[in-house]
Amino acid sequence: MEPAAISADGTSGRSLSVCAHCGAPTKAGRPFCCSGCEAASAAQGSIDADSAFAVLATDNEDGSHTLTLGVEGIHCASCIRLIENALSAGDGVADARVNMSTERLTVRWLGPRANANTLAQSVTKLGYKLHALKDDAPAQSDQEKRLLRAIAVSGFAAANMMLLSMGLWASTAETMGMATRDLMHWISALIALPTVIYAGQPFFSSAVSVLKERRTNMDVPISLAVVLASAMSVFETINHGEHVYFDSAVMLLFFLLIGRYLDARAKGKARSSAGQLLSRLQGFASIEQDGRITEVPIRDLREGMVARVAVGESIPADGLVQSGTSSVDLSLITGETVPEEIAAGSEVFAGTLNLEAPIRIEVSKASEKSLLSEIVKLMEVAEQGASRYVRIADTAARLYTPVIHSMGALTFLGWWLLMNAPWQVSLLNAVTVLIITCPCALGLAVPVVQVLASSRLMKRGILLKSGDALEKMAAIDSVVFDKTGTLTLGRPELTSIGHNAQNMALAASMAAHSKHPLSAALARAHDAALVEMEVSEVPGKGLQATRGGVTYQLGSRSWCGPETEDAEAALEMWLAADGTPVERFTFADQVRHDARTTVAALKNAGLKVSLLSGDREAVAASVSEAVGIGSFEASVSPVDKCDRLKALQAKGNKVLMAGDGLNDAAAMAFAHVSISPASAVDITQNTADVVFQGDQLAPVATTYEVAKKAMQLVKQNFALAVVYNIVAIPLAIMGHVTPLVAAIAMSGSSLVVILNSFRLTLKREG
Amino acid sequence: MEILLYLIPIALTLGLLGLVGFMWALKNDQFDDMEGNANRILLDDEEDTDEPPADPS
Repeated sequence: MEPAAISADGTSGRSLSVCAHCGAPTKAGRPFCCSGCEAASAAQGSIDADSAFAVLATDNEDGSHTLTLGVEGIHCASCIRLIENALSAGDGVADARVNMSTERLTVRWLGPRANANTLAQSVTKLGYKLHALKDDAPAQSDQEKRLLRAIAVSGFAAANMMLLSMGLWASTAETMGMATRDLMHWISALIALPTVIYAGQPFFSSAVSVLKERRTNMDVPISLAVVLASAMSVFETINHGEHVYFDSAVMLLFFLLIGRYLDARAKGKARSSAGQLLSRLQGFASIEQDGRITEVPIRDLREGMVARVAVGESIPADGLVQSGTSSVDLSLITGETVPEEIAAGSEVFAGTLNLEAPIRIEVSKASEKSLLSEIVKLMEVAEQGASRYVRIADTAARLYTPVIHSMGALTFLGWWLLMNAPWQVSLLNAVTVLIITCPCALGLAVPVVQVLASSRLMKRGILLKSGDALEKMAAIDSVVFDKTGTLTLGRPELTSIGHNAQNMALAASMAAHSKHPLSAALARAHDAALVEMEVSEVPGKGLQATRGGVTYQLGSRSWCGPETEDAEAALEMWLAADGTPVERFTFADQVRHDARTTVAALKNAGLKVSLLSGDREAVAASVSEAVGIGSFEASVSPVDKCDRLKALQAKGNKVLMAGDGLNDAAAMAFAHVSISPASAVDITQNTADVVFQGDQLAPVATTYEVAKKAMQLVKQNFALAVVYNIVAIPLAIMGHVTPLVAAIAMSGSSLVVILNSFRLTLKREG
Repeated sequence: MEILLYLIPIALTLGLLGLVGFMWALKNDQFDDMEGNANRILLDDEEDTDEPPADPS
């Protein structure tokens, strides 16, 4: 049940050439195969490690318990294997299953409910973060399943009825005979009516619910057309009529359901991030009380309490360090990757990670007043605002529905009153108008483009997280970048060159034993073989090793560097042999190598580009200089970032915010649309509409271009739908639309729209 | 036209078989995790025992 058990079956191991996190092979000397694994491993055990997962478990009838949790950080097959093995090795576990698409795990076990905690810990120990699921998550997939079932039924019905209809179209009453035709009509009715009742429900229920609120949406004319067409056809069948429209009704449902399903899947990816952020505050903190240590829920922390924070734990509340020297990973708050040194009296923030040594902090703010909670509040406000965005398809529907309804009504009245036709004929013509105008093409116009665009972006490592990301992206007029982690890689890289090869090998070998970002950078920069030695970590100082009678130290200037003050304020590490500094390594956060061209491309596209950084003025200035951004603002706090974004939005600007830290999350939620690199904090990734992978910045420009192109195609599709209607409606009004014409018109227009959408993938680069 | 009396039921039955098959697959959660299943084929076959992996300690 311990992670060690996993290494036994060969998926993971202690050898340096295997990723310590997922077991994939790594370059010699690298502890991890990818930065995702590194990040997941760094956060190991930090969050929710001892939360009460038992509460979340449900009872089964046979006395077993089931626990379903969200997992973060699954990205390859070995992750699945690792988690499932860890869970099935647990006491009494009956089955364990990881779902990669929905990023959740389900485990069922016999035995006490409290086992949930050990089971959850066996996963968190592997470095995956767990979180409780929100209740509406299963509802989402239920809805998708319902749609899939409806598609299957209507597809089956449409195909079989088309078989019958072909015969009907190819013959007349004379060649076929009345009795056979009636038989075919009755069989069609037998297939169509149950199908309409079953597969039409997504539309009917939505239509009924909007009608109750005295509004209309696209589902109202759809339901009306389907129901009227079926009813009319039943009437015709009973009266031995010539034309029945069962096939049209079912085909309509089939096409529209496909569009609806694609749409539902796009929406399914989006999650509420504020709630997830809050779950960071749901663990327990160790509090010193009357000389004893008690576990107190983080939300009950009050000002003045003294909390103990172990190494690798996140700090439970904003506060002041009372004792202990350590460093904290502030990346959650500032996006800064180099840990900040802290000592007694330093200020620390909730949610940040204690890296080196245990500390005691005095809580200065109750957890609901902490910086983290404040960001959550801002994000909740922003998320509520974002849901008010009206998608282009809904806007189209709003214009379209009254037109269709009045067309149908006018046709009926026209035939009945002006042409003195019997009411059956008038109604039949009105129904054909409804069928033919029914927004088949319109229903497919957006989802098909959406699916094609997202799969095209996916191939380039760009993930669209919200259904309306493309639409919003195409509308932007300015881009705001965060600095660290967005314009830059967000991790220090070795910048000094010309090191003594032996010193370099020594230093890199020592550095490979530490997770400190500077050590990691040093180990990354070294490609040759490593030296075997015992390395120990001196908390708050650096690394120490003995080899050939010489004691080597690798660490900060204050620990093993020269005592002279160097004017150059770079990130640095020193290697000392027996106390004498021998080698200096300097590091800097590198600008993404294509940042300049990307910024130029965005500017060329007519967008205003600016930089908002929480960093110092000088650093922000040099980066903005390096990438060619004219306007920048430095030393901006998370709350200030929000205010800037709000001000821009209030001026009517549509802003794309690109950021990676928690400090950007709230601002990103306020922005029109947001993008973040995959190296970003998970909360920020969840907030972002778009997430991109890799060390390039080009995806920002690519996404914008694809979005532009996609919206262009969507608009063309709408135009095609309008043209189609201009041709089809007069025909229908005049009563020339037989079932054959209706079938050709509907499938024809849908095909044209789909083919037009495929032009998106035909176009090469650009 | 008598042939229709056989052909139509046959066509419908075959279609229904397909539909039932799909529904069965859907009900058995086969469409739940397309991404995960795509990845799982890369894993080696698990041993045919219900025993948990051996614990080295």
